[in-house]
Amino acid sequence: MRVHLRVWRQPAAHAPGGFEEYDLDDVSPDMSFLEMLDILNEQLVAEGREPVAFDHDCREGICGSCGMMINGQAHGPERGTATCQLHMRKFDDGAHIVIEPWRAAAFTVIKDLSVDRGALDRIIQAGGYITAPTGSAPEANSLPVPKEVADASMDAAACIQCGACVAACPNGAAHLFTAAKVAHLNLLPQGQPERFTRVQAMVDEMERWFGSCTMHGECEAACPKEISIDFIALMNRDYVKAQFKNRRLIAQSA
Amino acid sequence: MAQTTSDHQLTTTQRGHAPAVPAGTEAPAAPTQVAPVRRPAPWDAWWPVRFYRSSIGKKWVMAVSGIVLLLYVLLHMIGNLKVYLGRNEVNHYAEWLRTMLTPALPRTVALWILRTMLITAFFGHIVSAYQLTRMNQRARPVKYQSPRDYVAANFASRTMRWTGVIVGLFVIFHLLDLTWGTANSHFVRGDVYDNLKHSFQRPVVAAAYIVANIALAIHIYHGAWSMFQSLGLNNPRFNAWRRHFATAFAVVIGVGNVSFPVMVLAGVIH
Repeated sequence: MRVHLRVWRQPAAHAPGGFEEYDLDDVSPDMSFLEMLDILNEQLVAEGREPVAFDHDCREGICGSCGMMINGQAHGPERGTATCQLHMRKFDDGAHIVIEPWRAAAFTVIKDLSVDRGALDRIIQAGGYITAPTGSAPEANSLPVPKEVADASMDAAACIQCGACVAACPNGAAHLFTAAKVAHLNLLPQGQPERFTRVQAMVDEMERWFGSCTMHGECEAACPKEISIDFIALMNRDYVKAQFKNRRLIAQSA
Repeated sequence: MAQTTSDHQLTTTQRGHAPAVPAGTEAPAAPTQVAPVRRPAPWDAWWPVRFYRSSIGKKWVMAVSGIVLLLYVLLHMIGNLKVYLGRNEVNHYAEWLRTMLTPALPRTVALWILRTMLITAFFGHIVSAYQLTRMNQRARPVKYQSPRDYVAANFASRTMRWTGVIVGLFVIFHLLDLTWGTANSHFVRGDVYDNLKHSFQRPVVAAAYIVANIALAIHIYHGAWSMFQSLGLNNPRFNAWRRHFATAFAVVIGVGNVSFPVMVLAGVIH
């Protein structure tokens, strides 16, 4: 199949960028989107031109490295799919495809389609962990977890930190990402001791980099792991509750 | 294998989540590094200030003030429906609003308490909306250079800003027209029925009223749903009802309010 590409090219972070157009004549419908870009890059290298930079790693939809706006949708038109798992058979022969990097104040373009998503790591650093001594795994039955809770927590933990929620959000908000990372731990018994300090710390860090949530639902639609915006409500509730929690005071009241 | 972690646990549990870096003491960002778009509230700020500084706090204010405004809009419409019962009924109701809770309170005091709550909610709603909008604009200074293809966002959610502005401007005109009477040459204080009739007999005013109330209904369609999310009221058992509630509220308010100018122009209210 043939495709006509319009790709964002930008040599460096603060350099001006623009779209460049390329035609690919021999694309197999069985190729993934990234394999199609590999073909493009081979063609560019053969012509002695600079290949298109894009992030990728596992190409199995689980690492969260890849991601780009494809025809105005984060990770392209297929729902619940990362860019690497999007196949060219989803496009018509002779399709025009526009590819642009994620856009947000916190996501600086490093080069072409590759963006710096370090702000998401900062949110994790603020509280996306359990302060616990590591060692060998404890006896599993010593800490019962209800099945429903384990399932909900796993749904949140499916987040691969690709940044599609931020990219898709008309407000450039990272609420779905933060909510998933908060809920993943706050639902489980292991997360309870730090539940309210966690949500406070992670939300406060998120506020430094991202916009606000107006419940458009675009993030949920773009998420390759189909994480629900219901988790955002859970985060909002815990954040409000955290304002009224002062466990230290209770301990000191004697 | 038994784990001897008690002393280790003591040190780690004390670590907690203290703000990692106090504001203003960070190393200056390298030129290629991404800079934050907002400064956090000082760590020792009063907690309501810290809460309001967050977008979640502002959305909470939006939701709570939204509930006050929804209640007001509903009661206002129910009160107005009394025009269908006749001139005396609606004028009597309008007078009752002023004498509410007398003689426990002096005349109009109860009304002014309600008005104060309403004005507070109105300004809280507008100020938060403005600040959230500015926040969102800063969060994406460089827009997408190719057209976006929205999948989930609906017309109502994407036009909240504009429907809100339309309703806000309309409220100003509405007060000039039917509360203070400066925009209504036939205005007689206390004669709700005739004021309304004379106002809507001007087709331009009736049209503006219809447009503003359709905007209000669209605004409510998204707002009355998303307020549940902002407040964290989410339960899979009731989630479908949040949508039905918002749709029903929008339809009731829209149909009820639009009926007044339509019925005046149709000659039913005369």
